[in-house]
Amino acid sequence: MPAITTDLNIALLAPELALAVVALVVIGLDLVLPAERKSLLAYLGVLGLIAAGALAVGLGGSTQVGYAGTWIVDPVAIFFKLLFLIAAAFVLLSSIDYIRRRTDYQGEYYAVLLFATTGMLMMASARELITLYLALELTSISLYVLAGFLKGEKTSAEAGIKYLVLGAVSSAALLYGMALTFGLTGTTVLPDIARQIAANRVETSPLLMVALVLVAAGFGFKVAAVPFHLWVPDVYQGAPTPVTAFLSVASKASGFVILLRVFTVAFAGLTPVWAGLFAVLAAVTMTVGNVGALRQTNVKRLMGYSSIGQAGYALMAFAAFLPGQSPAVNSATAATNSATVSALLFFLLAYALTNLAVFAAIIHVSNRLGSDELADYAGLSGRAPVLSLALLLGLLSLVGLPPMVGFWSKIYLFYSVFNAGVIWLVVVALLNSALAASYYLRIIHAMYLRPAPVDKPLAADAPLGLALAASVIAVVVLGLLPSPVFQAAASAAANLRP
Amino acid sequence: MFPLLSAIIFLPVLGAVLIALTPRARVTLIRALAFVFSGAALALALALFAGFSRNVATPQYVERAAWIPQLGISYFLGVDGLSLPFIVLTAMLTFLAVIASWHIELRPKEYFALMLVLETGVLGVFSSLDFLLFFLFWEVELIPMYLLIGTWGGPRREYAAIKFVIYTLAGSALMLVGILTLYFFGSAHTFDMLALRQQGIDPVVATFAFFLVFFGFAVKLPSFPFHTWLPDAHVEAPTAVSVLLAGVLLKMGGYGMLRVNVGMMPDVLAANAPFIGALAVVSILYGAAVSTVQHDLKSLVAYSSVSHMGYVLLGIAALTPGSLGGAAVQMFTHGLITGLLFLLVGVVYERTHTRIIASMGGLAPRMPLIATIFVIAGLASLGLPATAGFIGEFAVFVGAYPSLPWLTIVAIFGVVATAGYILWMLQRVFFGPPNPRWAALTDANRWFEVAPLVTLAALVLVVGIVPSLLTDIIQASVPGLASSPLLTAAR
Repeated sequence: MPAITTDLNIALLAPELALAVVALVVIGLDLVLPAERKSLLAYLGVLGLIAAGALAVGLGGSTQVGYAGTWIVDPVAIFFKLLFLIAAAFVLLSSIDYIRRRTDYQGEYYAVLLFATTGMLMMASARELITLYLALELTSISLYVLAGFLKGEKTSAEAGIKYLVLGAVSSAALLYGMALTFGLTGTTVLPDIARQIAANRVETSPLLMVALVLVAAGFGFKVAAVPFHLWVPDVYQGAPTPVTAFLSVASKASGFVILLRVFTVAFAGLTPVWAGLFAVLAAVTMTVGNVGALRQTNVKRLMGYSSIGQAGYALMAFAAFLPGQSPAVNSATAATNSATVSALLFFLLAYALTNLAVFAAIIHVSNRLGSDELADYAGLSGRAPVLSLALLLGLLSLVGLPPMVGFWSKIYLFYSVFNAGVIWLVVVALLNSALAASYYLRIIHAMYLRPAPVDKPLAADAPLGLALAASVIAVVVLGLLPSPVFQAAASAAANLRP
Repeated sequence: MFPLLSAIIFLPVLGAVLIALTPRARVTLIRALAFVFSGAALALALALFAGFSRNVATPQYVERAAWIPQLGISYFLGVDGLSLPFIVLTAMLTFLAVIASWHIELRPKEYFALMLVLETGVLGVFSSLDFLLFFLFWEVELIPMYLLIGTWGGPRREYAAIKFVIYTLAGSALMLVGILTLYFFGSAHTFDMLALRQQGIDPVVATFAFFLVFFGFAVKLPSFPFHTWLPDAHVEAPTAVSVLLAGVLLKMGGYGMLRVNVGMMPDVLAANAPFIGALAVVSILYGAAVSTVQHDLKSLVAYSSVSHMGYVLLGIAALTPGSLGGAAVQMFTHGLITGLLFLLVGVVYERTHTRIIASMGGLAPRMPLIATIFVIAGLASLGLPATAGFIGEFAVFVGAYPSLPWLTIVAIFGVVATAGYILWMLQRVFFGPPNPRWAALTDANRWFEVAPLVTLAALVLVVGIVPSLLTDIIQASVPGLASSPLLTAAR
């Protein structure tokens, strides 16, 4: 384990600082730029994201801890930071046309999006509960604003309020859980919590169980696990579509990174307890999400339920954790757990790329048709053949069909969970996948099998097209050659230590 | 060495990409591309057939490369006596299906591209020797078929297409659990299908894995009671797609059973033979009974497939060298015969615009060529000697009798029923008093109708008269499938 120092090494914060500065510059420039040139701010944001990404890569490789043990930069943190940055860049590019058509406050939108991303970068590195909570709140409050950004539209305003109120409740639960944990262990630093739990023999304390459940509930809200998913359909439907994409990809992944940190590090001694809890949560979440999606007629709402289902698959990784990661590390157990983490990382990356592709297509349709209703997708393949093909490939990846990356992410995840011995959950997940295929196919069905009401072709626009093309190409190329990314995920996971 | 198998598998998908890049309006070029690429795949498949060593049991033309080392998955291809016939059959039927689809006017670009992607998926299944690669190709075929049925099919096409997908996906979901079970609980820890044949595995776990993969294959075959997607899919699918569905997609199920259930877990199969044999006999008799009462010509042929695939399952359940060979032969010949029958139903429908048997009658004088070929196909379907239909059924019965005598005796009544419904159908459609409504009909007269019909009819006769063309190849590998070291130890 790396030595804990009070080292105030500012280099460890470089990506976050860079991004925060860019966000402030965006706000400043917004005051002077004329309205028709505000899309420049989005490109500036993308540059900022690229710069932050470069800084993050520069930090990569070794594990470094700083700021009195509250901050960690390790390969898992870098992996997630890059995931958030990629997602934010795609969302910025997809937003330009959408936001210009709908609101005058473009600069604020881009800046708040960058602040949300900054918070996520911090979540990936937080090694202490207060830091973690602050990062989470920076992200969440920015997202509340973004969800209700189109305040003139009833659905968006409703989404903003709903997300704010329910989010505040979940934050309160989380904070209470953290407070109880602190009360029992006297520390907020994650590895110290684990040490104190072991030293004071409070593993079976009912209060600790309450704390664990409250923390799980707070994070469960973030990843949209059942029963903390009730906000998802309304918020996904009402929020501006690029924000929905961001919620479904980056916000969800940020929930998983903190789950990973807190449960596998701070609560490592309680692995059998929470692994069982997450097994049930995973099974219920995927089933509720997939069953809920079956009857949806609005594509964004459908994708909301789909994201619940996908979160259920990702939660399987936590059900597959074997106890005994620390302090006496059994090498076989450690290898199995490391493979599970690696499968989770790969799954989240694959899901992010796939969902970004799907949402880029949805935004495109929404820009041109002014509708997100499934019925309006009828005959899209004739009106926009390339767009339809891209959406088809993205949806097939969500179904988990080859040769898309979604096939491998599911195979890898199911393989790992099976290997850990939770076979019943793999069976449930596979049956869920078959069920889920039917609602993804409904979109394909509308695009390809239904006649179009009019034959007018849909026009394309450039930045969104770039985002769509890049994500679809990634989905297909990683589907054919997943090996390098498997390797990257495995080496990041192998270095995950407290 | 030239990667012949890879070339055969990926030529069609290359053609599909080129078609996708061709402007929509250039229909002739699109057809030509489909013709050339499916034809090239067929030519290479015939080269494979010619170059295949008939006395070698192990896979030939092997290609192997590490692909995803983290999961132990390799790109591992090869052909043996079990896979070669189906590779040739797939290449041939797809080529003929492309020709038979020459007159498709609704979005020909998508139609031909999807058909070629479908071909790649099916060829990949028959060539893969890595279990996860096999599974990957197994899933590739799904969406093209869904779109082909759902876009170009009959009135209830959407229902039929989604039913096909859900059934297949449910089957493949459980199959994947079975694959993972074989991987994690066996001694070999590999997806290499040859090594999996040799591995030791706990008998209880093996039974579990056996039925998981069996379910996936039984849905595809299809065996009673998992067959209900088949009549819907067949009746709604356009003619050429029905040909491929019956001709090659169903064979993936039987092929998988021979390769996996027989090849890897023969002892489990032996222990459950009466149960599986009973499923087979129910499929045979139930399929035949339901065929007899069909009003629709196409659903009659569809249900006859359920019945004929029952013979395949019976041959597999009996697990003797003769019955296994018979099952493989039966699958191949069923592909030719039923492919031909669906083409015939298609050309008849093109003329009459109805498939209701009762409203036809006396068509033979109007369309002598169609009637002649229909009679050949019908007689082959009921297993007349000197047609392709005879050899497979006969080998299954002879091979299965020593192992499952009572079930075999009951199954033979299926032959009687088949003769009944086929002859009755031929009589009602082609003979009897001519219906004046059909007085103006013409015979098959366009090249893209005549060429596939004549080719397949000729093959049905050639394979019937010179069965060694086929049986020599199957003989090389199939009878030995069940003789894994495990089975020998178990006995």
